[in-house]
Amino acid sequence: MIRFDAVTKSYAGNSRPALNSVSLEILKGEFVFLVGASGSGKSSFLRLVLKEEKPSKGQIHVLGHQLNTLPSRKVPYFRRNLGVVFQDFRLLPQKTVFDNVAFTLQVIGKSRGFIQEAVPDTLKMVGLSGKSGRFPHELSGGEQQRVAIARAIVNKPAIMLADEPTGNLDPATSAGIMGLLERINLGGTTVIMATHDVGIVDQMQRRVIELISGQVVRDEREGGYQTQSIPLPILPPFGNTGQFRLPGATS
Amino acid sequence: MRLRLVLSEAAQGLRRNVSMVISVILVTFISLTFVGTAMLLQMQISEMKGYWYDRAQVAVYMCTDVDTGGNCDSAEASAEQIDAVEAQLESPSLAPYIQRYEFETHEQAFANFQEQFSDSPLAAFTTADMLNESFRVNMVDPDQAEILIDNLQNFAGVQDVQDQRGYLDQIFSVLNSASYTAIGLAALMLVAAVLLIATTIRLSAFSRRRELGIMRLVGASNRFIQTPFILEGVFAALIGSVLAGASIVAIVHFFITGYLRTTLGATTTLVGMDEAIIVVPVLVVLGALLAAVSAGAAISRYLKV
Repeated sequence: MIRFDAVTKSYAGNSRPALNSVSLEILKGEFVFLVGASGSGKSSFLRLVLKEEKPSKGQIHVLGHQLNTLPSRKVPYFRRNLGVVFQDFRLLPQKTVFDNVAFTLQVIGKSRGFIQEAVPDTLKMVGLSGKSGRFPHELSGGEQQRVAIARAIVNKPAIMLADEPTGNLDPATSAGIMGLLERINLGGTTVIMATHDVGIVDQMQRRVIELISGQVVRDEREGGYQTQSIPLPILPPFGNTGQFRLPGATS
Repeated sequence: MRLRLVLSEAAQGLRRNVSMVISVILVTFISLTFVGTAMLLQMQISEMKGYWYDRAQVAVYMCTDVDTGGNCDSAEASAEQIDAVEAQLESPSLAPYIQRYEFETHEQAFANFQEQFSDSPLAAFTTADMLNESFRVNMVDPDQAEILIDNLQNFAGVQDVQDQRGYLDQIFSVLNSASYTAIGLAALMLVAAVLLIATTIRLSAFSRRRELGIMRLVGASNRFIQTPFILEGVFAALIGSVLAGASIVAIVHFFITGYLRTTLGATTTLVGMDEAIIVVPVLVVLGALLAAVSAGAAISRYLKV
């Protein structure tokens, strides 16, 4: 489903690569946690899967597409198979919950009838059936993230990418979101989630891929958050100073 | 469904940048009006050329007793000299180039002069003797006037041989430089219009960057993303070019047909509605095309994947 072959990603003006010769494979229906400090390459990994970035070296296969050779005019159609959720929700503030979710379907040209049917179903699944007329600022953080998840899955994507979806939420709300992601995963969608949340990873006992300085240092089935690096705030091995970067750097 | 979404996106963009859209409308309006005026001037020039070159004659002026220039020696051209010129005009070497010719006597020249300068005090001092007798020659091909000039220039009793198109060329060169000025101004304004459209579209894209980001994320096609912006630019430019077209029609109707034609009377031909009807669609298409290209270029930065 997703395969990285010796993928290296370097950004201009930074001698240390964000991902350094990463090889891994994620199968259909898996639930994968991507853990590691800020700057360890988690977000770069997700951006590469989305083809928002091109790898500097190596091959990436997603859903049978060789991303290096995928022409840019086909990228939009490729992305319709992926759902994405972010830490900051990224909802459209002037649209209602219903319209935020429907927007996804409108822009890829789904019919009005399909939208009228699919959006309420999806809102019901994420537990927001009574709130379709609300605006994002009238919702709690957890509810906003549910809207974002509804938007990501309304088109029934094969893969769901979540970049710290619980990063802005309290533990109870996070648990609710995780339950939702687990149900989505049970429906057959491959879920890849980048996170810092120790409690969630330890509790879920799913596949864990740990990145340090752009390298995979651990890949275990049913793992916990426990890392091989020395706990914070002491610097981890490999001379990595990435975790003290300002936000917005290559995290 | 999608068409309606695209149109509503475009309308939203127009509403959000009303002031920029108005400035785009004004700049395209002014620049295309200049373009249209330049086109009308060029049409006017070619129309006048067609009209006047057919009527322009070559004048062979004979000496009067006050002339010292040319082959004159302060003596009136004699009848023999006039006959010699006429014989030359009839000769096989010149006849094929000449359509017809007529001789203008002192009296005829004086009558014409009185008529043309009736308002001027000059008319009172002029007598028939001071005006040249002349042959008025219509050429078969006005471009061959040189042949006549070379041939008759050195005849005894000939003061001068003049191609009247020389006078017209001055008028045409004035009109030409006016139309080049209009074209130059139009080009400058068009550059401003194109840049302004690009800036407006970029501003519009920036204010909708959230939507654009989400559209790209969920896999909206590039065409779908860029169409509202292009429509936005084209819509603003279309209003401007329609206004420019209307002002061209107004110029033709009120200034040319209404004022110039009554003032100048039948002395020359003027462009009219027939020409305006050619100019207006050109302006509208030009405006829409420029807007589409510059908006498309401006938005392409947001489409990179």
